[in-house]
Amino acid sequence: MVSGSGLLPVMVLLPFIGALVPGLMIRAGRNACATFTAVPTVLALVFLGVMAPGVLDGGTVTAKIDWLPALGLNANFMLDGLGLLFAGMILGMGLLITLYARFYLSGDDPMGQFYTYLLLFQGAMLGIVVSDNILLLLVFWELTSLSSFLLIGYWKHLPEGRQGARMALTVTGAGGLAMIAGMLILGNIAGSYDLSVILEHREAIQASEYYLPALILILLGAFTKSAQFPFHFWLPHAMAAPTPVSAYLHSATMVKAGIFLMARMWPVLAGTEEWFYIVSTVGLITMVIGALIALFKDDLKALLAFSTVSHLGLLTMLLGLGSKMAAVVAVFHILNHLTFKAALFMSAGIVDHETHTRDIKRLGGLASLMPVTALIAVVAALSMAGIPPLNGFMSKEMMLEEVAHTHWWGGEWPIIILATLGALLSVAYSFRFIGHTFFGPVRDDYPHHPHDPPVGMLLAPGFLAVLVVLIGLAPMTFAAPIVEAAGLAVTGSEPHVHLKLWHGVTPALFMSMVAVGGGAVLLWLHRPLDRIWLSTPRPEAKVMFDALMRRVVLGSRFITEVAHNGAISRYLAIFTVATILLGYAAFQGGGMPAPTRGLLPVPPLVGVGFVLLMVATAATVTMHRSRFRALILTSVVGLMVSAGFVYLSAPDLALTQISVDTVTVMLMLLALHFLPKETPRESPIGLHIRDGAIAIAAGVAVASLAYAFLLRDIDTISGYHLANSYKGGGGNNVVNVILVDFRGYDTYGEIIVLGIAGLTLYALMEALLNGPASRRLRNWTFPPDRSRDRHPLMMVVATRVMMPIAALVGVYIFLRGHNLPGGGFVAGLVISIALLMQYMASGFAWAQDRKRFEYHSMIGWGVVVAGLTGAGAWLAGQPFLTSAFGYFRIWPFEEFELATAALFDLGVFLTVLGAVMLMLYSLSRLARYAGETVNVDPMDYDPSRREVADSEQKDAR
Amino acid sequence: MELIVATSLGGLTAAGIYLVLRLRAFPVILGLTLLSYAVNVFVFATGRLTVGLPPVLNDDASAYTDPLPQALVLTAIVISFGMTAVLVLISLGAFLEAGDDRVNIKDETTGESDA
Repeated sequence: MVSGSGLLPVMVLLPFIGALVPGLMIRAGRNACATFTAVPTVLALVFLGVMAPGVLDGGTVTAKIDWLPALGLNANFMLDGLGLLFAGMILGMGLLITLYARFYLSGDDPMGQFYTYLLLFQGAMLGIVVSDNILLLLVFWELTSLSSFLLIGYWKHLPEGRQGARMALTVTGAGGLAMIAGMLILGNIAGSYDLSVILEHREAIQASEYYLPALILILLGAFTKSAQFPFHFWLPHAMAAPTPVSAYLHSATMVKAGIFLMARMWPVLAGTEEWFYIVSTVGLITMVIGALIALFKDDLKALLAFSTVSHLGLLTMLLGLGSKMAAVVAVFHILNHLTFKAALFMSAGIVDHETHTRDIKRLGGLASLMPVTALIAVVAALSMAGIPPLNGFMSKEMMLEEVAHTHWWGGEWPIIILATLGALLSVAYSFRFIGHTFFGPVRDDYPHHPHDPPVGMLLAPGFLAVLVVLIGLAPMTFAAPIVEAAGLAVTGSEPHVHLKLWHGVTPALFMSMVAVGGGAVLLWLHRPLDRIWLSTPRPEAKVMFDALMRRVVLGSRFITEVAHNGAISRYLAIFTVATILLGYAAFQGGGMPAPTRGLLPVPPLVGVGFVLLMVATAATVTMHRSRFRALILTSVVGLMVSAGFVYLSAPDLALTQISVDTVTVMLMLLALHFLPKETPRESPIGLHIRDGAIAIAAGVAVASLAYAFLLRDIDTISGYHLANSYKGGGGNNVVNVILVDFRGYDTYGEIIVLGIAGLTLYALMEALLNGPASRRLRNWTFPPDRSRDRHPLMMVVATRVMMPIAALVGVYIFLRGHNLPGGGFVAGLVISIALLMQYMASGFAWAQDRKRFEYHSMIGWGVVVAGLTGAGAWLAGQPFLTSAFGYFRIWPFEEFELATAALFDLGVFLTVLGAVMLMLYSLSRLARYAGETVNVDPMDYDPSRREVADSEQKDAR
Repeated sequence: MELIVATSLGGLTAAGIYLVLRLRAFPVILGLTLLSYAVNVFVFATGRLTVGLPPVLNDDASAYTDPLPQALVLTAIVISFGMTAVLVLISLGAFLEAGDDRVNIKDETTGESDA
């Protein structure tokens, strides 16, 4: 444990916070933007520097923050040697890339965006390398896929950029999905998702029967990310990105994430046969194939891309060997590869920038024209080739040394030959990179006259080239400490690395000599070889990938069009059938206990009700074409259901059902006023039979399910409600107490939904009346046979008389709700029916004129009153919606109860009233648009005004 | 009693589903109404059937029926009203804008598009 654990999460957060800055700072100019992008990186580097000494001494910095402990997902961070190495590379390179990009990007490129993406990516990478929780690691892993997509596709105007970004995202994203599965298996075996715990369970994991699936899935993630064969193809296409991105993603970060993961998991996963053969074989194949292709690429960046693939293969192979020394060598080569490859990418970028071409065949002789760039590139390329005294030589020698005593696929020779071949090809393409670009005759047909770029652009690659030399000359000073620390983290034991240029006469030395000599010969023979290469047919990965993608798109389009063809009846049919089948399958799966309840008797009256219900239901179906009749028949069904509720001890439900049905029928009648009155016959007989069969199957299923259910008892939590209704809620009507107290939260949400439904209706109608429908409405012709006495005297008088009575009933039902059947829901419905009667009797406009309050605000007030009542409980230190009540006596009344639940119920009442009225009001507005006349008087024929009318007539005469 | 409740549930469900599968909006809404009845009664019936034992506390009653399903159904009834209202308005709007109240974009009988 090392101090500074508080710094670690902050360090990870810094790039993400910093990502907000460039977008703002770009207004202050490009220099300011680049400077401020560097700030979070520098700060993070400082933090890292504070923590570094302890880690280099073999310690580990940890920081634990609980995030979702129930899922095992915690923001736990850990910084050990390996993390330090990678974090240093990510941040250091980030800084150099920021500097380089400032000069590389042209004035047309949106620089703020670029830096934002860069910082996002940097933060994601940093998160990967310091995560101590594999779920957290996966989150960052996916973030790198996403942010690298943005970076690779940065030049959105180039199709190659977009395609490359898409391909990278598809391949690495798919691998990431596989890795999620693998990590979950791993976490399950180890019993924790914390990396530090998993790393201690090597035996349990390797003994588990799920080891192989977990290994393969995790390796899929690592191989896709690190562009291992056969997933190597995305990397060269990602070269469509601006060069700073390539230099960052493909030297230090993105592609190294897979290597990092393999190194991170090395202690638990490595050392088995499976690991050895899968990883080392894939690595070796990738190394050779990558190098071979690189040799024949004419695009500078493509050459470097394939050389990167090749070196990643080398690293993978080293990790695959499973010996501790090989793992340490891998760590060392990670560092070396970063230094020379980033320098090479940047040099290639400079060449491209200055000559406007990256085609090797159009270049040559640049050494005298841009000497500084040439120097940097030559140093870096020689290191890549493995020429002493540069750092690449050392790690290559150590690699060959490890290979020389590895027994692989039945002998030592196959791996020695292949590794030497890889090294040989590596020498060849490195020589080609410098030989054909910088040496040879100066040409006079460069697309743009080349010269060295401004100093700012040379600083970053120059710095890296210096590192290449320094590590090569004094490895024990510049590389050994970090390699030791990282090696300790990977292998678990102090590695005691002795980095030196001269190892004596070893097999590796001979292999190296063969490689250099052979590489030189290959370059000399390049022209004829190139001709042969070009004329041999090769499988082209992009073509295959595109074809695969096309097929996937076609396939999903086919499925979508077949399954989602716009026929909602079909979806519903499929859905119903699927539900029935699933239910049947579930029924087959479980047994059924014996019935525990007997049947209740059926009195004759109930039997009559049942017959009425069934007949009305059947009639609704047979007569559904005649819409008015069907509507009336459904209301019969509703009435019978309400009667059933009364009989079966649910008076509250009966009250609610009856009042809701009344309102529903009014609503449907209003709608039917404008809808066709008949449903045409249009579906063929086959469809009727199909639907009938589905319906009968569903009916039988539901009936038998209900019957089986009704005969068996289950444990319920209702005992609690019954016992506490009076004690805790202060009410005798348990249903009402549940609504306003026990489950008040539900009810609160419920009235909000109802209010929203009301407002939705209002808004929809508003849109409808301002849309094309309004034209149709203006030209509406009502049937000639409608009643002339639309506001009949009897009805008007009756509803006026009923109004106060209904209002009183409403108030009564509201007040008694807490102790007897009733409550806010029913009261709201009753009052709205009373109001609706006035609308029906005297017409919409007449009633609307006499309305004193807005329905919208009623909904709002209802929700506010209920919410404030609930919040009032806070004042008493109770949770939201806890009700309080007390009993009072005011002379001359008897003792009565006052409960805050009543206030909540008032909110319910107001919302229900407002929502129902707003819905019907919205529908009624249609009539006005359709040219319904406005009546000024409450009724069409008013006998009390007869005299007046007569006298007026007389006067007129 | 259990038998006739189960039968009613089956009948309501079958009728509801048959109507829901029709091609015009109005029968579909009627079908949904019937289905809502069925669902509400089903949820209510999960509290088991009892006669004469309303969940209103009083000193004379020996037992009560299960109040919880009733509370759930009560809110469900009100919400299904809201849903019906929205559906009615949407189908009305579709009818006024398109000239008919078909529910399918593509005619299922002919496989051709209306538009």
